[in-house]
Amino acid sequence: MSEKLNVPTMAQYMSEGKKPEVLFWVGCAGSFDDRAKKITKAFVKILNNIGVDFAVLGSEEGCTGDPAKRAGNEFLFQMQAMTNIEVMNAYEIEKVVTTCPHCFNTLKNEYPSLGGNYQVMHHTQFLKSLLNEGKLKVEGGKYKGKRITFHDPCYLGRANNEYEAPRDLLRKLEVELVEMKSCKSKGLCCGAGGAQMFKDAEKGDKEVNIHRTEQAVEVKPDVVAAGCPFCNTMMTDGVKHEGKEGAIEVLDVVEMIANAQDL
Amino acid sequence: MQYLPQLLFIAALAFAIYFFANNVRKLKRNIDLGKDVDRKDNKKIRFNQMLRVALGQSKMVTKPIAGTLHVIVYVGFVIINLEVLEIIIDGIFGTHRIFSFLGGGYNFLIGSFEILALLVLITVILFWIRRNVMNIKRFLSKELKGWPKNDANYILYFEVVLMVLFLSMNAADYQLQQMGHEAYVEAGAYPISQFIAPLFEGMSESALIALERGAWWAHILGIFFFLNYLYYSKHLHILLAFPNVYFSNIEEKGKFKNLDSVTNEVKMMLDPNADPFAEPEEGAEDEVPEKFGASDVQDLNWFQLLSSYTCTECGRCTSECPANQTGKKLSPRKIMMDTRDRLEEVGKNMDANNGEFKDDGKQLLDDYISREELWACTTCNACVEACPVGIDPLSIIMDMRQYLVMEESAAPAELNNAMGNIENNAAPWPYNQQDRLNWANE
Repeated sequence: MSEKLNVPTMAQYMSEGKKPEVLFWVGCAGSFDDRAKKITKAFVKILNNIGVDFAVLGSEEGCTGDPAKRAGNEFLFQMQAMTNIEVMNAYEIEKVVTTCPHCFNTLKNEYPSLGGNYQVMHHTQFLKSLLNEGKLKVEGGKYKGKRITFHDPCYLGRANNEYEAPRDLLRKLEVELVEMKSCKSKGLCCGAGGAQMFKDAEKGDKEVNIHRTEQAVEVKPDVVAAGCPFCNTMMTDGVKHEGKEGAIEVLDVVEMIANAQDL
Repeated sequence: MQYLPQLLFIAALAFAIYFFANNVRKLKRNIDLGKDVDRKDNKKIRFNQMLRVALGQSKMVTKPIAGTLHVIVYVGFVIINLEVLEIIIDGIFGTHRIFSFLGGGYNFLIGSFEILALLVLITVILFWIRRNVMNIKRFLSKELKGWPKNDANYILYFEVVLMVLFLSMNAADYQLQQMGHEAYVEAGAYPISQFIAPLFEGMSESALIALERGAWWAHILGIFFFLNYLYYSKHLHILLAFPNVYFSNIEEKGKFKNLDSVTNEVKMMLDPNADPFAEPEEGAEDEVPEKFGASDVQDLNWFQLLSSYTCTECGRCTSECPANQTGKKLSPRKIMMDTRDRLEEVGKNMDANNGEFKDDGKQLLDDYISREELWACTTCNACVEACPVGIDPLSIIMDMRQYLVMEESAAPAELNNAMGNIENNAAPWPYNQQDRLNWANE
């Protein structure tokens, strides 16, 4: 924790006439939300530790427009998208990695037709590729043998058919991977998507995140692993609501990897 | 007189085809009310998807019990209909069992039809029990009250009647063959109806002929009727599932379409050299649409309208919907049913007004689908994933949200706050964009 993070910006790279291998798209939650900032830092620690050549946009980054688009505000979405694309294209960015599945989906699927063509990866996909290349070592450490259930983020799973990258990383942590009643392509939403994060829910019997947390509690995990800052918030709230905050941790996959390495 | 049955048959067939063609024409006209959307690309991928998902029922079996039962009825329906071909030829030409020259092959065919007919009969009864006796949640929803529930049961009763008629016809035929009647040459194998035939023992030859002919006629007239019932029923899926899967989305489910009309305006707003007062170029089409998003069926695209007719109201979408599971009003199935009901209403309005739609003061939004339903969606795509025939209720929800926000500025207040923040400081929360990298030093 004491070691200072090395987080170069694209502007710094540019001024040195260099280009990083990959742009780390931090996202709004990763930049401002206290819980999500920990995920951001865990990811940076891993990148620093193995010497990945990356940079961030810093104050030149702006919301991808995902919540605006899903709320129905196509104007605001495209304003955000075009502004971001202008910045990214000016830096000639080719590869992007992000810890937020919503940013991931929007950058990957909705920016190309607006002129933003990049190779976009979710951080679990990126880490898995580092693992395959032998650059990243993942070992059990403190999670060895622990019961872990992975909550599929809708915008990583169903929206982009990536179910295995996060699970492969968890397996590398030598955990006992258990699946909830609804998982993978049938995974149940945490309740935050489609701009629901930013509004109250409509009238119903219960909150979606409580419903999902009940499914998680059923499989008696030590950790609910997540891959999205919004899911993380929803599941953390859910676990508190169920009075299980002492027994069940909610952690991003990348936090688990960083913790296992004592980073 | 000798040709009277043939003439009657040809007349019945002609009527059935005439009415059916009329229904198809209406269906096509209504679907064409939708906006254009390009779903004619990637023919090979689309064709393979149709083979796998529609013909191969690949998504049906994700629910093993309902899926397996459905496959039985589906296979039965497709295969037994081969027999309809023989019935039609016999009807037109006054022949009897024209394909019997196939000999052993014919025995095999008739034998398999009979076994399938029995399986269908049993399955349809199980379906009826699932719908009416067992408390299966997705069959108890509010939106199924009234006509949708009756429609579902009528279809099942109809199938029972058709199968019973088919087997009775064969049983009487078999009995007549056993008695050595000259018009009933020995042909076909009757693994099921041979057990029904003993019920007819002792009946006179003429009574048996009347029974055989009666069942034959009732069976084929029933099929003609059923063919024309489809247009009014959720059962249209037996035809439309195939084109619907073919034209369904083949891209990543997370990829929502970008509105081109908005792109042009945004490009202008961001272009420092653009002249907002410039005259449009000579001959340039006015790109600005009348409105953004959808408040009525005419604002949706033809694929969404086709899907509304394809939906057979199984409710798999609704049972997977997180909003619905937690007691919210939203039901993706209801979105599709409402779209079809409104489209039908618009179609009838046009029929009554010489093909022109006269404003009836109603629309899909509010009169059918409430705002509360639309705002409850988390865009999680569970409904899209669940649909066995490629329907995308989410796209309709999104189009309607676009209308609410871009035409009516009617988003919930908290969302307006978040969108205001995005506009002002490029994040949904009120943090300064200049502080985006503060975390690195905290």
